[in-house]
Amino acid sequence: MSFPPLRRDQRHVFELIPPGSRVLDLGCGDGALLAALCDRRGVSGYGVEIDEGCIRTCIGRGLAVMQEDIDHGLASHPDGGYDYVILSQTLQATHNPRRLLQEMARVGKASVVSFPNFGHWRIRLDLLLRGRMPKADFLPYEWYDTPNIHLCTVADFEDLVRAEGLTVDRRLLLDRRGDAYASARLPNLRASAAVYLLRH
Amino acid sequence: MSEEAAIPEVSGVGLVETQYVELFTAEQPLRLDSGATLGPVTLAYETYGELNEAHTNAILICHALSGDAHVAGVHAGDDRPGWWDGFIGPGRAIDTNHHFVICSNVVGGCAGSTGPASTDPTTGRPYGLHFPMVTVADMVRAQAALMDHLGITRLRSVIGGSVGGMQALQWTLDYPERVESCVIIAATARLSAQNIAFNAVSRQAIMTDPEFYDGRYQDHDAIPRSGLAVARMMAHITYLSEEGLQDKFGRALQDRERVSYGFDRDFAVESYLHYQGSKFVQRFDANTYLYFTKAMDYFDPFPDEATAATALAPVECDFFVCSFTTDWRFHSSRSKELVRLLLRHRKHVAYQEFASPHGHDSFLLDLPAYKATLKTFLDRRAGVVS
Repeated sequence: MSFPPLRRDQRHVFELIPPGSRVLDLGCGDGALLAALCDRRGVSGYGVEIDEGCIRTCIGRGLAVMQEDIDHGLASHPDGGYDYVILSQTLQATHNPRRLLQEMARVGKASVVSFPNFGHWRIRLDLLLRGRMPKADFLPYEWYDTPNIHLCTVADFEDLVRAEGLTVDRRLLLDRRGDAYASARLPNLRASAAVYLLRH
Repeated sequence: MSEEAAIPEVSGVGLVETQYVELFTAEQPLRLDSGATLGPVTLAYETYGELNEAHTNAILICHALSGDAHVAGVHAGDDRPGWWDGFIGPGRAIDTNHHFVICSNVVGGCAGSTGPASTDPTTGRPYGLHFPMVTVADMVRAQAALMDHLGITRLRSVIGGSVGGMQALQWTLDYPERVESCVIIAATARLSAQNIAFNAVSRQAIMTDPEFYDGRYQDHDAIPRSGLAVARMMAHITYLSEEGLQDKFGRALQDRERVSYGFDRDFAVESYLHYQGSKFVQRFDANTYLYFTKAMDYFDPFPDEATAATALAPVECDFFVCSFTTDWRFHSSRSKELVRLLLRHRKHVAYQEFASPHGHDSFLLDLPAYKATLKTFLDRRAGVVS
């Protein structure tokens, strides 16, 4: 069986999940990451997705996937049902990110969350110099048709993590190409995106 | 060739024939959940496609309340295709290039299988209400005997909509080693009080018809026509959505310019329901309606978590559960309840809710997204990469 290539940020998530784990992937899209985890890591995976075509692709990959709106909570999932809950590039598009993080803490022992960093210097400069809603290669949308309604910075996210009593186990700061920076200097300014492994 | 030319193009599998097999006898009867036995038992069934040499490509379709074994194709001299014809055939959702498809009329039915209208060998008269109560598990037990007869030990998939979905679920519980995958469409693991209430009213309509004669209407050369028609009319309303009925009929009048200020069928929707009722009476046995609705009412394989845990422990099949946005007879929330239960017990389950304005009846209809996902799921079982 051949695997579709993973996006770079997905590869970082992939590497954070130990073999044999029980994984819930929220907003699993076409299931590429989940399929790779199931097939190559022996993960027992479950996907949640809202898009009809994506669900079909997931089913074609033999994935256990459920059509559900994560904005309505994770009521379908039992307390502590998973080792890892993945929220990849989706947090910023949810209606209530705080409640979602709480729900993830309820159903999983750990979370892997990735999101674009609105604190990146290019974003800051864009607003400062142009006076327009910032756009970047990792945030390409116009303000009026963006799915991203709750953008945050690395610093903002860490405030929320602390407020929720969650622990940051790992933090990867990604450059524009999606590669991880070796040093953690000026994270809020330099990172295009970040990947967090949180313990609940 | 001339015979082939007569087959309407709508049908993918072409000319088909219903077959009959006696699976249980008076000496070796079917043992029922109630403790009663039934024999002889004949099942009517149809098959489409070819069973492969290894007997690994069989798919069983379980029909709903008013269905029968004639799922696809056409019968000689009758150009009406089977009730799910658009789903079955070469290249279709249930692709007969890859799968061998079977459907049987359930025991207790009235379309060729032994049921209340069959002759009771001990009396020489139709069973009527002396027919033993048949549960969903009993229906499945009889189907399993049919699979034995056909030399099929393991099913690639068991598929059913509505009460057919209940049968499909029951298959996974009673024969976990025989089921690779299971598709449960617009169904539920247990009827709600409202569902049971609808069934109760249907039964009352039949049983209070003066032509019912305590179920012995055949002996009186009678049929409880109006009772069965009313049962069907009411049930039919629950199969459609308010939106669907509104779009189709609104307040349109039937064959008239103005209302009659009387009790004629002024509105088109009244006329439509009457037509549905009278059409149903011509093909369906009133007693079977009583038995089937009761079987639905009784169905509850997971009365509590402990029972569910025991029942599901040996189950390893892949489930695909789906529902329709405007189905209020078996609401999406009922399908989700089932999915949540399967998730809690760590079963492999996929769930999709399809947009449709057609209510519960959607499961029978040609909805592209629904058919596409069903095809994707089943093709994968056959090793076909879409």
